[in-house]
Amino acid sequence: MAPIVEIKDLTKSYRRGNQSIIVLENISLSIEDGDFLALMGPSGSGKSTLLNLIAGLDKADSGSIKVAGIDISLLSESMLAKWRSENVGFIFQFYNLVPVLTAFENVELPLILTNLSKKERKEHVTTALNLVNLEDRVDHYPRQLSGGQQQRVAIARAVVTDPTMIVADEPTGDLDRASAEEVLRLMERLSSDIGKTIIMVTHDPRAAKKANNMKYLEKGVLANAPEASFSECL
Amino acid sequence: MLLKLLFRNAFRHKLRAGLTICGICVAILAFGLLRTVVSAWYAGVDASSSTRLVTRNAISLIFPLPLSYKDKIRGVEGVKIVSLGNWFGGIYIEEKNFFANFAVDSKTYLDLYPEFVIPPDQKLSFLKERKGCVVGSKLANRFGWKLGDTIVLRGTIFPGKWEFILRAIYKGRDKTIDESQFFFHWDYLNETMKKILPRRADQVGFYMIGMSSPDIAASTSKSVDSLFKNSFAETLTETEKAFQTSFIALSQTILTVIQLVSLVVIVIILAVVANTMAMSVRERMNEYAVFKTLGFGGFYLSILILGESLLITAIGCAIGIIATFPAADAFARAVGDFFPIFNISLRTLYLDMLAALIVGVVAAIFPIWRAISVPIASGLGRAG
Repeated sequence: MAPIVEIKDLTKSYRRGNQSIIVLENISLSIEDGDFLALMGPSGSGKSTLLNLIAGLDKADSGSIKVAGIDISLLSESMLAKWRSENVGFIFQFYNLVPVLTAFENVELPLILTNLSKKERKEHVTTALNLVNLEDRVDHYPRQLSGGQQQRVAIARAVVTDPTMIVADEPTGDLDRASAEEVLRLMERLSSDIGKTIIMVTHDPRAAKKANNMKYLEKGVLANAPEASFSECL
Repeated sequence: MLLKLLFRNAFRHKLRAGLTICGICVAILAFGLLRTVVSAWYAGVDASSSTRLVTRNAISLIFPLPLSYKDKIRGVEGVKIVSLGNWFGGIYIEEKNFFANFAVDSKTYLDLYPEFVIPPDQKLSFLKERKGCVVGSKLANRFGWKLGDTIVLRGTIFPGKWEFILRAIYKGRDKTIDESQFFFHWDYLNETMKKILPRRADQVGFYMIGMSSPDIAASTSKSVDSLFKNSFAETLTETEKAFQTSFIALSQTILTVIQLVSLVVIVIILAVVANTMAMSVRERMNEYAVFKTLGFGGFYLSILILGESLLITAIGCAIGIIATFPAADAFARAVGDFFPIFNISLRTLYLDMLAALIVGVVAAIFPIWRAISVPIASGLGRAG
């Protein structure tokens, strides 16, 4: 399979006062199309920053990121916004649903930016909500849903535009074990049944175990995972 | 759906939105009332005609002019009608019943003021009756006067008790016309003065001049004043508008303060709305970051935030404008003696709306800038 994401010599630093803190240093990485990659590492290792860069939410200091052949580090802010809307589906740790919108409306949100008619949007949203088994919760507001259900709505929102890849930042971090298992099963299905490329940041070895590939970050560089956790996951 | 979201966002914090709307409503109400007070002050100016001139003593309005000036003024080119009058300053029963009352050369005066609409039979009856008087409908209603009633005024400038018979009631041609004035025959005043104070007879407070065209106001004023140059009673002739404005100039400081206060009210409410919007946007920074993540650009965020700000101010403004009408009615009843014309003008309503629009837009500027400029990763609060 051809790589869908190609990262070369990626460096990213943040300024804190007069100090420059290097978060990622010379990262080079390829992710195959249809891959389900788990990014692991201790807190502050730069895994969320790497995810942000791959998803076009942040800009690197140097290096390049090519997604499906497009070097996103060369795109302007507005082009990047358009690119994200067409190519990336997001799943967050705290779901990040809009509280004043129903499940249906939350899933419909990314489709506002497309040229789809209202009827077509409805069809897409219904399909996405069926996929996550929430067809009976379409009119519920996030506060009326459990954590697991909210995360499933977030997954439906992530897939509704049929993006090139899905990025997930600690998708099970705020869930109980049963809900987390359900969400992971869903993500596994997205990868195996639909062939979606998924990049997931996680601390949880059980979550990483669902992935078919794993990378470990430590102090901003790709490193070998500690033997125990690596073998536990794979 | 963005419109739906905008509406729901506006009322997400019902108490805060309600209090902000309440604040805008009170501010618009206060602004509208203050602007109406200023308009009421200028009512005389607004109602004045551009074809009328006023001639008075050049030293001061309180000094009279000789009656003999009338014929001389009539001879000036461009002058069509010359009328005359005196401020009478009579009191009806007690001083708190104040209203404007004038002795005027009735026939010419009513010809000069077609905006006072009088039924022909009443006008004829008034002109025939030596002690007749004509009053505005508001004044008649205020004291319950009916045609044929005898009205007694106590003179302050012209001593004695003056008895009048109500022969006509005028209505204003439109709502900018003061319907609370009292007129009677100048001849009645002059003849009585001849009997009781002869040295004050044949003295005129002001001349009203009707011109053939407003274009000749300057030249006619100059011609009239030059007639009496170096006389013992020099004149000052000006347009009716300038004459009325000179009265307002006496209270210009008060008017300036009122106008300043009305602006301060708007600035205060701007701060309140800006605070509400800033709080709302700060609380939703994470949501806006999610919107940006999904590909929504600055334009969409601006529409959401500006729309919310405008929606809140528009609701407050609408309620404020609706509340201004009964408040203005109550205010007019309370201060009707001082402000006979107290109408909320269309201009005041436009100013209300403009003020609300400015508040809505300005209050949204900083929150919009903040929502757009905060990096997505910071907004999501998840840099790792």
